[in-house]
Amino acid sequence: MEAINVFIKSAFIENMVLSYFIGMCSFLAVSKTVKTAVGLGVAVIFVQAITIPVNWLINEYLLIERGIFGLDLTFLRFILFISTIAAMVQLVEMIVERFSPSLYNALGIFLPLITVNCAILGGSLFMIAREYNFTNSLSYGFGSGFGWALAIIVMAAIREKMAYSNVPPALRGLGMAFILTGLMGIAFMSLMGIDPALYMGLKK
Amino acid sequence: MAENTVISAPKEKEEWFGKKERKLLTDPLNDNNPVTVQILGVCSALAITTQVYPSVVMAIAVTLVTAFSNLATAAVRNYIPKEVRMIAQLVIIALLVTIVELFLKAFNYVIWKQLSVFIGLIITNCIVMGRLEAFAMANKPWRSFLDGIGNGLGYGAVLIIVAVVREVTGKGSLFAGSPIEWKIIGPTSAYSINTAAEGSWFGWYANNNLMVLPTAALLLVGILIWIQRGYNKKLVDIS
Repeated sequence: MEAINVFIKSAFIENMVLSYFIGMCSFLAVSKTVKTAVGLGVAVIFVQAITIPVNWLINEYLLIERGIFGLDLTFLRFILFISTIAAMVQLVEMIVERFSPSLYNALGIFLPLITVNCAILGGSLFMIAREYNFTNSLSYGFGSGFGWALAIIVMAAIREKMAYSNVPPALRGLGMAFILTGLMGIAFMSLMGIDPALYMGLKK
Repeated sequence: MAENTVISAPKEKEEWFGKKERKLLTDPLNDNNPVTVQILGVCSALAITTQVYPSVVMAIAVTLVTAFSNLATAAVRNYIPKEVRMIAQLVIIALLVTIVELFLKAFNYVIWKQLSVFIGLIITNCIVMGRLEAFAMANKPWRSFLDGIGNGLGYGAVLIIVAVVREVTGKGSLFAGSPIEWKIIGPTSAYSINTAAEGSWFGWYANNNLMVLPTAALLLVGILIWIQRGYNKKLVDIS
């Protein structure tokens, strides 16, 4: 039950893009058409759902003091996490290419680009900061990736429609994208007060 | 991002601080600003700009990391195989970010706590990676160092403009948390303009809570881009 709670929370209420503004660079750069947005969104869900549990394992068994080495190695966290992400992206790319060439072609260039998407590293760091256990970190990975994909697809759809609107020349493109994201963020703020744990009877 | 990597720097007379070097420092402030033109490093620019003081710290941290990772990458650029350059660059960046983080944790714990994950996220801050790919992989160390400083300053300029607007309108203070804190407008006598005082001209004024929320940063950066492109016509229709 708690895992479902974490999923809903990370996907909607604490949405990566719209309430923490993490992963904005690729969010703004790749949200020009719905088709590419879907490709990148799926890739992010994929990688996020794999790297966050793997990084949880690394942190739990290698880095903290009660791990295998019995040493406090937390200062190595950034280097290990980013290497894990780079390696995982490479691995996911190879597996997808081997078993589903059609999906590989659909994702195309977006898979390698994900390494430098701050949403991935940010997700792992948030997972540490919030002290999730393994199942929760798994569901957090899925949830935050899903939330990111949702946001970028909605944004791409709006930007496609914006092409027909009469925007002032200096605001066209990037400026309008910023303001649209801001307005979407305000809309998502209305979800902030909701506590899924309350409805599922986990909390009184 | 990657188109410049194969072009090697042309042979010419070396100058320490000539016209070209100065241009490397000033170009990113306006014409080639990392945030408003290149769309790099947006995440942290939005999330931490509620107050000026952490923004200044963040700007310094990013400038240092960009400058020194540019320097280090440019120094070893001829020895990095093309296939593993991403990982090599990431290791250099992660090392520098870890140094900055430990330094900040030791000397300014409050700010370290406030910036939390965003110090770590300098690793994936696209400015650092973007400049490494676009500039440091094709240029000599000294120029790359200057380019790093210039881009850090361009990023810092946007950060501080947004932070000043957000802090003054959202909290009524400036540089809160630092030794030179200035309380400008608020409902107690600690502020320069006391809105609760008898017969005050500013009795109607209240702090705008929207400005503290991250969405306000997006709207402000949007407006900043609008103003910049209004004056700088050649930037219109870039993306």
